[in-house]
Amino acid sequence: MAGFGKYMIFLGSLFVRRETFATYYKLILEECVQIGVNSALLFILVSTFIGAVTTVQTAYNMINPLIPRFVISQVVREMVVLELAPTIMALIYAGKIGSSMASGLGTMRISEQIDALEVMGINSSSYLALPKIIASVLMYPLLVILAGVCALVGGYLVGTLAGILTETEYIAGLRSSFNQTEISFALTKSLVFAFLIASISSYKGYFTKGGALEVGIASTGAVTTSVIAVLLADYFLAQLILR
Amino acid sequence: MIKVRDISKSFGDKMVLDGIDAEFEKGKTNLIIGSSGTGKSVLLKCIVGLINPDKGNVFYDLRNFTDADKEVKSEIRREIGMLFQGGALFDSKNVEENVMFPLEVLTKTPLDEMRDRANHCLKRVGLENVNKKAVSEISGGMKKRVGIARAIVNNPNYLFCDEPNSGLDPQTSILIDELIAEITHELDITTVVVTHDMNSVIGIGEKVIFLYKGHKLWEGNNAEITNSGVAELDDFVFANKVMSQMRDR
Repeated sequence: MAGFGKYMIFLGSLFVRRETFATYYKLILEECVQIGVNSALLFILVSTFIGAVTTVQTAYNMINPLIPRFVISQVVREMVVLELAPTIMALIYAGKIGSSMASGLGTMRISEQIDALEVMGINSSSYLALPKIIASVLMYPLLVILAGVCALVGGYLVGTLAGILTETEYIAGLRSSFNQTEISFALTKSLVFAFLIASISSYKGYFTKGGALEVGIASTGAVTTSVIAVLLADYFLAQLILR
Repeated sequence: MIKVRDISKSFGDKMVLDGIDAEFEKGKTNLIIGSSGTGKSVLLKCIVGLINPDKGNVFYDLRNFTDADKEVKSEIRREIGMLFQGGALFDSKNVEENVMFPLEVLTKTPLDEMRDRANHCLKRVGLENVNKKAVSEISGGMKKRVGIARAIVNNPNYLFCDEPNSGLDPQTSILIDELIAEITHELDITTVVVTHDMNSVIGIGEKVIFLYKGHKLWEGNNAEITNSGVAELDDFVFANKVMSQMRDR
């Protein structure tokens, strides 16, 4: 509970004694490139394969000849939109971006760079963590959309090239019983996950104490705590929105 | 001038600083000396506000820093320049960007002026043609110089140096010491240096405060330090064989 209280105080400290808008604007853009552009390739690769594998496995389990083939792509769409794109990608995002944030801030802490900011009269937590959190909240939903599209394309390529279903069947399945709320749900989840991962990782990195070993521990702790927070939030959001 | 009044600090059961009173004078290089673990760096961190003391106050030209609210502290801190032990330069920025950083964040100076000012400060610390180099590409001594350039770029009223000679060869150490003393006199600022290097004490110690096990045991200058009459200080000063032999002569 003490850790949670410290985390809440940390979040509160992000919004006091801020620097000028121009300073944050530049930092946010830099972080957007770091988070968004530099993660895009990984997201494209992972999501395309996840979509492809999901298609193959769904087809493998659809052995009843009475079930039309387009149901395969319908199931793939549901899985991708509801869980694979926002949640599974969040776990990958925590591993890549979360650990990078925590280790970066941890290194700045142990090499006195954070102290240097404080001595200059700069609110170091706000200056360092707020742009990361804002950039994360801006970029992660875009990465989720990208991942969703890539997963469906991956499913399409494998489904049609392997002869699992035809192009018409695949597209019919994607459009069948489509509920727009699911997209809103996925994007809401992505916003929450992005905030949780960036804020928890920044918190873990910012309060690193010790040396290189502790930076590693902070980085691992950031990923573990972020993953747990994402999974809990996933459950509560599902209960809250989909009931 | 910086005044420290009755500063005490403990970590758990361990009392690190016990009722320290001191004055650091303007236009002089004020040194805090003592053996390792005696509380020098903790005192420096209490003075700049990186650690909150359990008791006591720090005054910057009569302004109470310890009890001030965050906004006032922030204002006072903008008059402070600090050189950290490892330089504390930002890895993500090159040399010029590091030096320009305080101007960039704390002022609305146009880019050209910031660049001119950064170049002036880099030149002042004896560094030229290294502006675009990454921090990882420069030597330890150069990092200290860049750290000094960054500390003075904003025309500070107070300069703090935490072990400026650590990890440097004797010649570079002397150059850094001389640079700190020159800048102090040139800008007429209050400089506080934490060190355990006797060369620094002899070279630039216009005012010296000796800490021993969290207490201030002696105060004076580099001319008086060898005749202090304080046994603990003598042990510290004459720990070096050469110094010891000089005393015996």
